[in-house]
Amino acid sequence: MTQSIVVQVGQCGNQVGCRFWDLALREHAHVNQMGIYDEALSSFFRNVDQRGADSTGGRINALKARAVLVDMEEGVLGEILQGPLRSLFSSTQLISDVSGSGNNWAVGHHTYGLAYREQIVDQVRKAAEHCDCLQCFFLIHSMGGGTGSGLGTFVLKLLEDEFPEVCRIVTSVYPTAEDDVITSPYNSILAMKELTEHADCVLPVDNQSLVDIVGKIQHMSNTGKPGGTIKKDCTIISGQGGVVKVEKPFDAMNNIVANLLLNITSSARFEGSLNMDLNEIAMNLVPFPRLHYLLPSLTPLYTLADVNVPPRRLDQMFSDAFSKEHQLIKADPKHNLYLACALMLRGNVQLSDLRRNIERLKPTLPFVPWNQEGWKTSLCSVPPVCHSHSLLALANNTCVKSTFIELRERFVKLYRRKAHLHHYLAVDGMELAGFSEALSSISALIEEYTHLESPLMPNAPRLTIAT
Amino acid sequence: MEIERCDRLAGIFTMMSVAGGTGSGVGTYITQRLRDLYPSSFILNQVTWPYEAGEVIVQNYNSVLTLSHLYQLSDAILVHENDTVHTICSRLMNIKHISISDVNKVIAHQLASVLQPAYTADSPCHYSTNPIGELLTSLVCHPEYKLLSLCNIPQMSSTSLAYSVFNWPGLLKHLRQMLIASARMEEGIDWTVSAPSAVTSAGESGTNSRQKSFNLSLANLLILRGKDVSTAVTDGFRDPALYVPWLKTENSFSTWTSPVAFNGYEKSATLVSNNQSLLKPLDNIVRKAWNMFASRAYVHQYTKFGICEEDFLDSFTALEQIISSYTHL
Repeated sequence: MTQSIVVQVGQCGNQVGCRFWDLALREHAHVNQMGIYDEALSSFFRNVDQRGADSTGGRINALKARAVLVDMEEGVLGEILQGPLRSLFSSTQLISDVSGSGNNWAVGHHTYGLAYREQIVDQVRKAAEHCDCLQCFFLIHSMGGGTGSGLGTFVLKLLEDEFPEVCRIVTSVYPTAEDDVITSPYNSILAMKELTEHADCVLPVDNQSLVDIVGKIQHMSNTGKPGGTIKKDCTIISGQGGVVKVEKPFDAMNNIVANLLLNITSSARFEGSLNMDLNEIAMNLVPFPRLHYLLPSLTPLYTLADVNVPPRRLDQMFSDAFSKEHQLIKADPKHNLYLACALMLRGNVQLSDLRRNIERLKPTLPFVPWNQEGWKTSLCSVPPVCHSHSLLALANNTCVKSTFIELRERFVKLYRRKAHLHHYLAVDGMELAGFSEALSSISALIEEYTHLESPLMPNAPRLTIAT
Repeated sequence: MEIERCDRLAGIFTMMSVAGGTGSGVGTYITQRLRDLYPSSFILNQVTWPYEAGEVIVQNYNSVLTLSHLYQLSDAILVHENDTVHTICSRLMNIKHISISDVNKVIAHQLASVLQPAYTADSPCHYSTNPIGELLTSLVCHPEYKLLSLCNIPQMSSTSLAYSVFNWPGLLKHLRQMLIASARMEEGIDWTVSAPSAVTSAGESGTNSRQKSFNLSLANLLILRGKDVSTAVTDGFRDPALYVPWLKTENSFSTWTSPVAFNGYEKSATLVSNNQSLLKPLDNIVRKAWNMFASRAYVHQYTKFGICEEDFLDSFTALEQIISSYTHL
């Protein structure tokens, strides 16, 4: 069994990260009734005895998260250290400063990057040394701010330099058009260049989609339609049953992202008839190194209270995974081209259900000609808490380029006027060339996606054997 | 170490898939090492081909790389296709919710029907101590032709089994038609396909008279298990029209028997065959892999670990050669 380390950077990264740890504990508590420190737990947690040394096997003593928490202002980390999750982290795992990055990517990346490089490398190395077999880094951050975006991408580059063999999966929260941070387009585009060059996989998520999903669930709970009542607390947004009792404003949305991370790692942690490890995600879903942006969709959003669920619901789950309402980022995959798609199933789903639904859905989804059967499948037997089964679909689809095009437009609107640029250029290490390079990077990326959509050349002639 | 524990090594039997990474990659590497260590031992590789609709995105690359390498190392490659076994589960075994375990049980049943002890031509009075060797001698006459497929009848759910009665003529008639019509199971057999009627006169090319859908064999091994096995008449399989003209029929067909019933079936028959039926799925795999390679998709994932484009091209060439050899039988 392999281990993964979570690196959460910035306010958003840490808020989401907290929800992740809470839900991870809840999930493992649900499965691991005997309190034994098993291999599933070891993928994200260490078992530490009184003296602080690792104890393997046997009963759970004290769990410590395999994580590094970074934030340049004290608010969020302070809360964590005082909250119910504080025992998961030793104080050295938290790296913080006082004043924050001021929503400035350059401050996050250059100023704090330089200042905290050694400390961050140190902490990550310590966490890595506690792993028998480190397989993956999960970086969680937002794109719109200063720390998550700037320092987060600095950390990404650092991870690539120091640990080149370890996979880097990044969960990035993208800003929407109504984002309250004015300079978010600058921060996002500058960060995009780093993500394209240094990440193995990116799972883009946007706030608007999360808001819509939360809204949908709350609407379902409130209408109280007969036969449509949601089972109490069995939704993708619920944190009930976790360690943290008090619910905070963004928790519902953050729980969705936390569930995404739990589902993506489920096959690597729990047993199943068709396992899929984390390195298989990058291998199968990334046909060209830079095109590694994977659209996530999660179903079901809730479990109905009515236990007499007809088997059609299972097929419905597959159809839902390809509907816009279940996507974690606004995009239109059905009218664009699929490069590859992964279906990660949990719970009581059989091989035949999976094969049947692939056959059913294939004709409705446009795949790129050289990958008509671009499906990667996995079956994990352990369902998420409160559900009997679930499906995470990760699609590498050219529709992500529309997100990037919008982001680029917002960037160009500001850049044309040179608005707010002086804040960035005042930072040591930040030059105007950085902006133009970031802009050309994202334009090149958009171009690569567009190129794949162009009408294809006829099938390449096969090699012929002289007879 | 296991080999040292054997009194008498009959051969090495490996089992792996070709679609994934470990089974295909490590499996091939292990086969290579075994071949280096035991150059004169028999190595029979059982491989599972993935669902054509896709279960691993790079399955076609992995299949091409694996098969091209195994062809050099192995004595024969015995193929199971997930699609076929899945259909057996749904149509013959009537399983509503098919799990991987169900699929694996069918494959295990088929393999066991071959490898369980039997009386052979070389060993008619006691059970053969060299089953793999005899299998290979019967079926692989030329190193260019190493692909073997497997059919087993009857296969049905245990509830149906209780109400079924079998006779050898019926079983063998079905099996023969399954062979020539490339059917992998006893439902949906195309009974319109027939063997070419007359033996072609010397000098006339065999391919002209052959029907397109007729499955030509190089060699067949029939394994019969169960009651009254000595009464089974296997002449239908000795018809020279079933085989390539450049092999004598007595070298192309052999039978093994055992009076012991197999796995609850009063009578069962298995055909291990070296024929053209795998040509179509193999061609599909190569075609899809080639199209993907033409766009160079995923190739960077392989070059990262030391497989370069040249290696891909070598593998493609090897497989096109195999396809050509089987097509022009």
